[in-house]
Amino acid sequence: MKTRRDFIKISALGLGGVAAVAGMSKMMTGQKVVDEFLKLSQEGKSFLKRYPTYCEVCFWKCAGWTYVDDAGKIVKIIGNDDDPHCNGRLCPRGTGGIGMYYDEDRLKKPLIRVEGSEGQTFKEASWDEALDYVAKKMKEIAQKHGPESIALFNHGSPGHHFGHLLKAFGSSNIVAPSYAQCRGPREVGFEMTFGVGVGAPEPTDIRDTRCLVLIGSHIGENMHNGQVQEMSDAIDRGATIITVDPRFSTAASKSKFWLPIKPATDMALLLAWMHVLIYENLYDRDYISKYADGFDELKEHVRPFTPEWAYGITTLSPDLIRQTAREMAAASPSVIIHPGRHVTWYGDDSQRSRAIAILNALLGSWGRRGGFYFKRAQNVPEYPTEEYPKPAWSWKDTHNGKYPLARLSVANLLIDATIPSPDNTHEIYGWIVAGTNLPLTMPDKQKLKKAFEALELLVVVDTMPMEITGYADVVLPESTYLERYDDLRNETHREAFVALRAPAVEPMYESKPAWWIARELGIKLGLGRYFPWKDYSEVLDWQLKQIGSSLEEMMEIGVKKFPNPAPLYIEDGHEPTFPTPTGKIELYSHELEHYGFDPLPVYTAHPEPPEGFYRLIYGRAPMHTFSRTANNPNLVDLMKENALWVNPRVASLWNLKNGQYVKLKNQDGVETRFATKVRITERIRWDSVYIVHGFGHHEKGLTRAYGRGASDSELITNVQIDPLMGGTGMRGNFVTFVIDNIKTEVES
Amino acid sequence: MKEELFVSGRDIPNIDPFLNIWHWQIPMYLFLGGLAAGILFFASLFTIMGKEKEMPTTVKRATLLVPIALSLGLFFLFLDLKHKLWFWQLYTTIRLESPMSWGAWTLMVITPLSMVWSASYLKELWPAWDWKFKILDDFEKLVIKNRKGLAWAMIILAVILGIYTGILLSAFNARPLWNTSLLGPLFLVSGMSTGAATIMWMAKDKSERLLMSKIDLLLISIELFFIVHLFMGFLASNAVQIEAANLFLGGAFTVSFWGFVVVLGLIVPALLEILELRGYHIPVAIPAGLILFGGMMFRFIMVEAGQITRYLY
Amino acid sequence: MRYAMAIDTRKCVGCSDCVVACQVENNVPIGYCRDWVVESTSGTYPVLQTEIRSERCNHCDNSPCVRCCPTGASHFEQGGIVTVTHHKCIGCGACIQSCPYDARYSHPDGYVDKCTFCLHRVVEGLKPACVSVCPTKCMYFGDLEDPNSDVSVAIRHRNYKTLAPEAGTKPQIFYLL
Ligand SMILES: Nc1nc2c(c(=O)[nH]1)N[C@H]1C(S)=C(S)[C@@H](COP(=O)(O)OP(=O)(O)OC[C@H]3O[C@@H](n4cnc5c(=O)[nH]c(N)nc54)[C@H](O)[C@@H]3O)O[C@H]1N2
Ligand SMILES: Nc1nc2c(c(=O)[nH]1)N[C@H]1C(S)=C(S)[C@@H](COP(=O)(O)OP(=O)(O)OC[C@H]3O[C@@H](n4cnc5c(=O)[nH]c(N)nc54)[C@H](O)[C@@H]3O)O[C@H]1N2
Ligand code: SF4
Ligand code: SF4
Ligand code: SF4
Ligand code: SF4
Ligand code: SF4
Ligand SMILES: [Mo]
Repeated sequence: MKTRRDFIKISALGLGGVAAVAGMSKMMTGQKVVDEFLKLSQEGKSFLKRYPTYCEVCFWKCAGWTYVDDAGKIVKIIGNDDDPHCNGRLCPRGTGGIGMYYDEDRLKKPLIRVEGSEGQTFKEASWDEALDYVAKKMKEIAQKHGPESIALFNHGSPGHHFGHLLKAFGSSNIVAPSYAQCRGPREVGFEMTFGVGVGAPEPTDIRDTRCLVLIGSHIGENMHNGQVQEMSDAIDRGATIITVDPRFSTAASKSKFWLPIKPATDMALLLAWMHVLIYENLYDRDYISKYADGFDELKEHVRPFTPEWAYGITTLSPDLIRQTAREMAAASPSVIIHPGRHVTWYGDDSQRSRAIAILNALLGSWGRRGGFYFKRAQNVPEYPTEEYPKPAWSWKDTHNGKYPLARLSVANLLIDATIPSPDNTHEIYGWIVAGTNLPLTMPDKQKLKKAFEALELLVVVDTMPMEITGYADVVLPESTYLERYDDLRNETHREAFVALRAPAVEPMYESKPAWWIARELGIKLGLGRYFPWKDYSEVLDWQLKQIGSSLEEMMEIGVKKFPNPAPLYIEDGHEPTFPTPTGKIELYSHELEHYGFDPLPVYTAHPEPPEGFYRLIYGRAPMHTFSRTANNPNLVDLMKENALWVNPRVASLWNLKNGQYVKLKNQDGVETRFATKVRITERIRWDSVYIVHGFGHHEKGLTRAYGRGASDSELITNVQIDPLMGGTGMRGNFVTFVIDNIKTEVES
Repeated sequence: MKEELFVSGRDIPNIDPFLNIWHWQIPMYLFLGGLAAGILFFASLFTIMGKEKEMPTTVKRATLLVPIALSLGLFFLFLDLKHKLWFWQLYTTIRLESPMSWGAWTLMVITPLSMVWSASYLKELWPAWDWKFKILDDFEKLVIKNRKGLAWAMIILAVILGIYTGILLSAFNARPLWNTSLLGPLFLVSGMSTGAATIMWMAKDKSERLLMSKIDLLLISIELFFIVHLFMGFLASNAVQIEAANLFLGGAFTVSFWGFVVVLGLIVPALLEILELRGYHIPVAIPAGLILFGGMMFRFIMVEAGQITRYLY
Repeated sequence: MRYAMAIDTRKCVGCSDCVVACQVENNVPIGYCRDWVVESTSGTYPVLQTEIRSERCNHCDNSPCVRCCPTGASHFEQGGIVTVTHHKCIGCGACIQSCPYDARYSHPDGYVDKCTFCLHRVVEGLKPACVSVCPTKCMYFGDLEDPNSDVSVAIRHRNYKTLAPEAGTKPQIFYLL
C-alpha cells in the first residue's frame, strides 16, 4: 500500500508539467534542470493519459480530467474547459480530490460487525460473505415488515445505484440530507411563488448581473464553483454586491454594502425591503402587472414594515435598508436576490425563502438576463429494465399528514419513523447509507442514536471510515470517484450537456464501485433482472447512443453539449409560464392559505441567546466539504482544524486569547468533545460565534481528522422544524465557552 | 484591530512562524572565524613590525589555534548545509556578490596559510620536532625566509575574514536587524577583541599580556561605540528596523543582549582589565573568558534575532 | 521578455486552490508550499476591510537571492524567472535569509525550492498551474514587454502595489487594488 510519502517519492522522479512528466521520470537525478526540461518535454507528451470524470468532492459536479502517468499513478485532476460548471477550473477541493484516492485511511475491505470476547468488533469479510449477510437480513426484514421498511439514506453518486436497487426491492423510502437539511425550504418558497423550485445548479445569472444580494449565502467560502466564478465575473463588470450576514464573510469583504444583521431577523429586513420597493414605487410595475397575482394584498401586508420598524429588529439602520433597496431597484431586472442553498436556519425557512422569491418578483428578475435564467437540460433516458413493484406506502406516509409541501423525503422524519413510538404509523427497520455521514450531518444526535439502536440492519457504503461506519452492521468500501463509472451528469444550465465519469485507474484495495455493489446485492436478492448488464459502461453506452453520442466519444471529450433552442430570458421573446394554481407569480399564495399557512410571509421573533451565551452560526471553508474532506491529506494541509470566530469584545469579556483552545457548551448542557482554537476577529458580531462545519471527527480511523476542531453538529440539539416541509432549522442554538481543563494537544 | 493570517495553512518547518533556518552552526562558524581573524591579525601585525621576540605568544603559540579554529568553523559550516553532498559546488565558482562565496574562498586560502605559518614555528616551540621528509624541511626553510611576505598576505586576509563574518549577515537586507553597514566593522572589532583575549589568556609574559590587554580595552571601547551607533541608527530608520531594535530594547533579547553581551561580555571584562592595569591582581582567565563568552553570545544573538526580524507588508 | 504576474485582490476569495494546484503540479511535499494565501483585515466592526492575497516568489528584478547564492544555483532563467538548480544547491540557506518575502523553503531532500513561475509549463505555452486553476480568474500571467499580454492588460488601467517595495527588490508580482 502506498502512503502519501511513497507517492511523493515515486513521482519525485518526474512530475511537473503535463508534458514533462514521463520524460522527467527517465532522468536519473530527478532534478528539474530547465534545459533538460525543455529537451525532455518534447518527447514525454504521450505518456500522460487522461480520463474524463466529474468531481464528487461536492455536489456541484464539475467535469474534469484525471491524468495518469505511465506507472498508472494518478498525477492530477484538472477541469474540463467545455464544462459550464467549472469552465476548466476546479475548486481547491476538486484539485485536491487526488487526496481522496491516496488517503491511506480509506476503507479497504468489507466489514461485518461481530460479537467478540471484548464486545462488538468488525471482522473483515469477503464481498460474497458481506453481501450474503446483507441480502439475508434484507429478506428477513421484508418478510417481517415489508420491503418498504428499508430506507436508503444517500448523498451523491452512489445514491442512484442503490436507489435503483431499493425501488426494485419495493421501497421508495429514499432520502438525502440535501433536502430537509439543506435546500428544501427554498425549493418550497420558490415553488409557492413561481411554480418551480430553484434547483441545482442555481439558475442565477450572476455573471451578467448588476446587483447581487447575498443573504447568508457566503459564496467564496461556499465554493460552489460556477457561482464563485460568476461572482468574480460580476465583480469585474462592476456589479454591486450587497451581503447580509452577521459575519464579515469573504463575500461581504467584496461587497459595496455589508449588512451585519442580527441573526434570525432576516425576515424583517426582507419585508422592509419590499416596503421600500413598493412604497417608493421602485418595483418593476410592468412585470408585476403582467405576471403576478396578489400585489394589492402584498402591498397592504407590508405597509407597516418600514425600515424604521426593521431597524429595531435587525439592528440595521433605516438608511442602509433604503439605500440598498434603491440600489437593487436601480439594477432591476438584472438583479439577483440569491435564494441561498443551505437555508435550514430558524424553522420559518420556507417562508423566508418565499420572501426572497417575492422580492425577486418585485424586481422582475425571474427570467431576466442578469437575474434568473430559464434552464436548459439534455434529457437522458433511463436504461430500460422491468418496471419497479409498487410499494405499499412511501415516505409521505411517515409524515402523518404533516409537512404537506415536502416534495422530497425528509431525512429527519425517516429517522423519527425508525425510533419506536406509538405515534408512528409506518415504521423503518433497516437502512442502507451511501455517501452521507449522518452523525455529522444530522442535527439532534440523541435521536440519531436512538434510531441506530432500534435498527435491525444498518449497511454503510462509504469510502472512508467516517463516524457513520462505526454504527454499521456491515461496512462496504466503495472505490473513489476516480476509480469508477457512475451515471451521466445531465444537470440544468444555460446550455444542455452531459458529462461522463469514467475510471482512471483500477480500484485500490478491495473497494468496488457502487454500481457493482448494488448489482451484486440485487442478484443475491433475486433481482438480477433489474441489472441486465455486466459492466456499467454498457448502460452508459446505451444511454449515450440514445442521445446521439457514445461512450467512445465521451471518453475523448468528457463533456458534450447539445443544441437546445429553449429561450433563456423573457427578453428573448419568451412568454414565461408559471405552473402555479393561478398560472401567475403568486405574491399571495392561495395554496399556503389552503394548507393553513401564512399566505404572505410574516416576521416571527426567534429566541435570543441568554446572558453569557452566543448564537452558534456555522458555514463553509473553501478548502473543505462538510465532513468528507477532513482527512484528505492535500486539503488538511490547507486547513487542519476549524477555529472559533469571536468578536474582540466578547474575547475580552471572557479573557480569551487568540489561539487558545476552548470547548463549547450549548443551552442544553451539551459540550463539544474536542476543543477548538479561538480566533479573535472583528469580522463577527458580538452576539454570535462562528465555526466551519465538518470538523471535530471522533472516528479514530481518520488519522488526520481525529480530534481536530469542534463539531457544530454536536451542539445542534435544538431543532426548529419547518412546518411547511419538515426541514430542520439548526441555528437556534446558543453556546458558551468552557475554558478550564482544556487539553491543547490531541492525543495521536 | 489588524488581523493578518495565512488562510492556506502555511506552516513550513524552520520558516514559519519565524525564520529559523540557521541554528548553532552558523554563529559558531562566525565566532571561530572572527577569533581566528583576530589572532592572525595580531600575529601578522607584530611580525610585520618585527616584534616576534617581544610577542612570542601572539606570533607563535596562539597561531597554533588558528588552523584548528578555522577547520572547525568550516566543519560547522558544512554541518549547516542541508544538501551536503553538493558541498563542492561552493568551489566551482567565485561569486563576488555573494559573501558566502568569497567568505568560503577566503577560508579556503587562509586556512592552509595559517597551517603553514603554524608549522613553521613548530620546531621553535618544540625543538624535538622532526619533519621526517626533507622536502618538508626545505619548505619550512622557504617559509621562514618569507615570513614577512606571508604576514602581509595574512593580515589582509585576516581583515577580510573578520569583516566577512559581519558582512555575511549585513548582506541580507531582508533581515532588518542585519541591514546595517556597521555589522562588518563591528564583527571585525569583536573578532579582534576575542583574538586579543585569547592571546592575553595564553601569554606567559606579563608585558605581552598587558599590551594585549590595552589593545583589547581599545577594541572594547570601539565595540561599545559601534553598538550604541547601531541602535541609534536603527531607531532613526524605518519601521521594520525600529521593530528590530525593539527586540533588544524591551523585547525578547533585551536581557540576553545587554546582560550577557554588553555587561558581562564587554563592560565587566573592561573594568577588570582596567583594574589589572592599575596593578590589582585579576586572574586573566576571568576577563579573557568573559570576552570570549560575550563574543560567542553576540553572534548567537545576532543570528537568532536577525532571522526573526522581517519586512512587514 | 519579462514574465510577471498580476493578482486582483478584489476578486481573490482566498480559496487556496492556487496552493493545492501548485503542490500537485510541482510535487511539493505535504507540509510545504511554493505559494500561500494571506488574509489581512483592518478596521473595527462594522467598518472593515479585508484584503486577500495569493503570494509566492516575486521573481524580483533586483533579487538578493540570486546575488547571495554562493554556487550560482539560484539564477535567472528566461524572462527574468528566478529558479534554483537543485543539483547545484548546497542548502546553505543564504537565499532563504535574503528573501524579504520568505518565498523559499528548504526541501526535505536538502535543496532549496521555490516558485518557478511554472517555467516547465510556460515554455509549453501553458499558464502556470496556479493561474490556470484559479476559480476567480484573479491571476494574470505573461510578458510585461508584450503590451497585449494578460498581465500588461491587467495592470494598464488599475492601481496596483507590490509587496515591500522598500526592500528594493523590484518585485514582479503586482497586486491590483
Ligand atoms: N451541523 C451541520 N449539519 C449540516 C450542515 C451544516 O452546515 N452544519 N450542512 C447540511 C448540508 S447543506 C448538507 S448538503 C448535508 C451534507 O451532508 P453529507 O453529504 O452527509 O456530508 P458529508 O459530511 O460530506 O458526508 C459525506 C459522506 O460520504 C462519504 N463519501 C464521499 N465520497 C463518497 C463516494 O464516492 N462514495 C460513497 N459511498 N461515499 C462517499 C464520505 O466519506 C462521508 O462519509 O449536511 C447538512 N448538515
Ligand atoms: N467549500 C465548500 N463549499 C460548499 C460546501 C462545502 O461543504 N464546502 N457545501 C455546499 C452545499 S451542499 C451548500 S448547501 C452550500 C451552503 O452554503 P450557503 O448557502 O452559502 O451558506 P450557509 O451555510 O447557509 O450560510 C453560511 C453563512 O450564513 C451566515 N449566517 C448565519 N446566520 C445567519 C442569519 O441569521 N442571517 C444571515 N443573513 N446570515 C447568517 C454565516 O455567517 C455564513 O456566512 O455550500 C456549498 N458549497
Ligand atoms: S465545486 Fe469543487 S468540489 Fe465541488 S464539484 Fe466542483 S471542483 Fe468538485
Ligand atoms: S486560487 Fe485564486 S481565488 Fe483562490 S486563493 Fe488563489 S488566487 Fe485567490
Ligand atoms: S521573492 Fe525572494 S526568492 Fe523570489 S526573487 Fe525575490 S528575493 Fe528571490
Ligand atoms: S541554499 Fe542553495 S540556492 Fe540558496 S543560496 Fe545556498 S546554494 Fe544558493
Ligand atoms: S507559478 Fe507555478 S510554481 Fe509558482 S506558485 Fe504558481 S503553480 Fe507554483
Ligand atoms: Mo447542502
